[in-house]
Amino acid sequence: MIGLGHYLTVGAILFVLGVFGIFINRKNVIVILMAIELILLSVNINLVAFSAFLGDMVGQVFAMFVLTVAAGEAAIGLAILVIYFRGRGTIAVDDINQMKG
Amino acid sequence: MGESLALTLPEIILTVGAIVLMLAAAFAGDRHARTITWAAIGVLALAAAWVPGIATAGGVAFDGLFVADSFAAFAKVLVYIAAAAALVAANGWFGRAGDYRAEYPVLILLSSIGMGMMVSAGDLLTLYVGLELQSLAAYVLASFQRTDNRSAEAGLKYFVLGALASGILLYGVSLLYGFTGSTLFGDVSVALQNDGVSTGELFGIVFVLAGIAFKVSAVPFHMWTPDVYEGAPTPVTAFFASAPKVAAMALLTRVAIEGMGPATFEWRQIVIFMALASTILGGVAAIGQPNIKRLLAYSSINNVGFALIGLAAANREGVSAILFYMAVYVAMTVGSFLIVLRMRDEAGEPVETIASLSGLSRTNKPLAAAMAIFMFSLAGIPPLFGFWPKFLVFDAAVRADLTWLAAVGIVTSAISAFYYLKIVKTMYFDEPAPAYGPTADVPQTILIAAAALFVSPLGYLAIPLIQPLADNAASALF
Repeated sequence: MIGLGHYLTVGAILFVLGVFGIFINRKNVIVILMAIELILLSVNINLVAFSAFLGDMVGQVFAMFVLTVAAGEAAIGLAILVIYFRGRGTIAVDDINQMKG
Repeated sequence: MGESLALTLPEIILTVGAIVLMLAAAFAGDRHARTITWAAIGVLALAAAWVPGIATAGGVAFDGLFVADSFAAFAKVLVYIAAAAALVAANGWFGRAGDYRAEYPVLILLSSIGMGMMVSAGDLLTLYVGLELQSLAAYVLASFQRTDNRSAEAGLKYFVLGALASGILLYGVSLLYGFTGSTLFGDVSVALQNDGVSTGELFGIVFVLAGIAFKVSAVPFHMWTPDVYEGAPTPVTAFFASAPKVAAMALLTRVAIEGMGPATFEWRQIVIFMALASTILGGVAAIGQPNIKRLLAYSSINNVGFALIGLAAANREGVSAILFYMAVYVAMTVGSFLIVLRMRDEAGEPVETIASLSGLSRTNKPLAAAMAIFMFSLAGIPPLFGFWPKFLVFDAAVRADLTWLAAVGIVTSAISAFYYLKIVKTMYFDEPAPAYGPTADVPQTILIAAAALFVSPLGYLAIPLIQPLADNAASALF
């Protein structure tokens, strides 16, 4: 029988994968956008699992909001990426270093 | 329903205003960007005018999702003032570069709606939506100068780290919801009270605090701040350093006190760590920064640390001190950035090096005097008004039996005074650098003068005005 614990474990694994995807990835900003989506997905799994477990609709409503915001966030992220690429001609993570200190 | 709508009137005014101005911008084009900016300031003023009345009536809208109390009102008015100042700043700055577009005031308005929702959040869902509304507009603002590589890079960095912070916050929200069974602050607090703080709830609290700490740029979640502040166009930086800081600080206070009140022992350790780390790093890392915007970024990290000391106190005095601190902080930081906006060479190109301030007292006396007032005030040197909120924060910490925290705070305050005074020394005692180009932006001059007057010793006259408001706002949370 698959219980709440299993869902939370999957959620936690996806969350950690997402965070590592942002920090360890040294190649491509698109991969970072995918890692962000992974984090939001893990949250949604958590919310829906809790919602089913508690018999409470709020979690599922929350998941809908997260989906909507995630769509907007991805659109803005890609738009910023496009103007960045226009200026620099690259989206490699290692090249994002004009400012530091 | 009608009652709920009446309580959210400032947000409704801003929403309608933003949509109307967006349409106006689409039809009139960027030539009328100036007019639209002034219209946006008018919309902010109109929204702010409704806030005090709503706070007196007080109340909870939409079944607890949205709280319109005196705490929200104080923060909201402060946020609207800071947003209006950012609009005035942009009007004078972008014009010369010829790249001002009418989206700017609309984005500021949308961000202000998000900030209004943040300070009025009574539920984790409102908290998240408000935070995202503010952040999404801010990402676009950071990369507003599309053709400037630094601006695009600032936007990209802000977006990636901001999205990560939202993810961390959301994960904490999901855990809090699952283990307490509700997203309403009041119900979360009751659940924490009834059966103690379980491991799951503790994880939720830590993740939520980490997510919001990113938005106030408290150490160890500050790494984006210097880069974004340096790369973003200066009026945008002025905005980032003022309004969202106030909103996020107010949000953090409300979540911690109202939502996690019974877990004060647990979150206090985290807040104390963030406060100490922020004041120390904000004081030390700024030494040797050649770029004034980077320096002011570290200054804002430093100031957030002091405000967090007030939160660590977790009492009524502490909350009142935070609000007072943020009010004075907004004046100091907006004033400093308005002076940075004035830093242009003869050709009108913006300069950002501290070295270019050399001998400003001989080339432009009033500007140097205003900057000196802001720097002394940020350093918290007594005759100036910046000292008073610092005193209130330390006083609150002492009352909460955190005397050692107040003592460390005073030491770090002395460390950070070093770089503020170094700027004053550069302006008054170094050989003059080439003078800045002339400027004729009257609204900005008025704003600089008003901010300088407010943080000068004359500001103490405003204490009887602000203190009761801050106290009243703080008592809404207890």
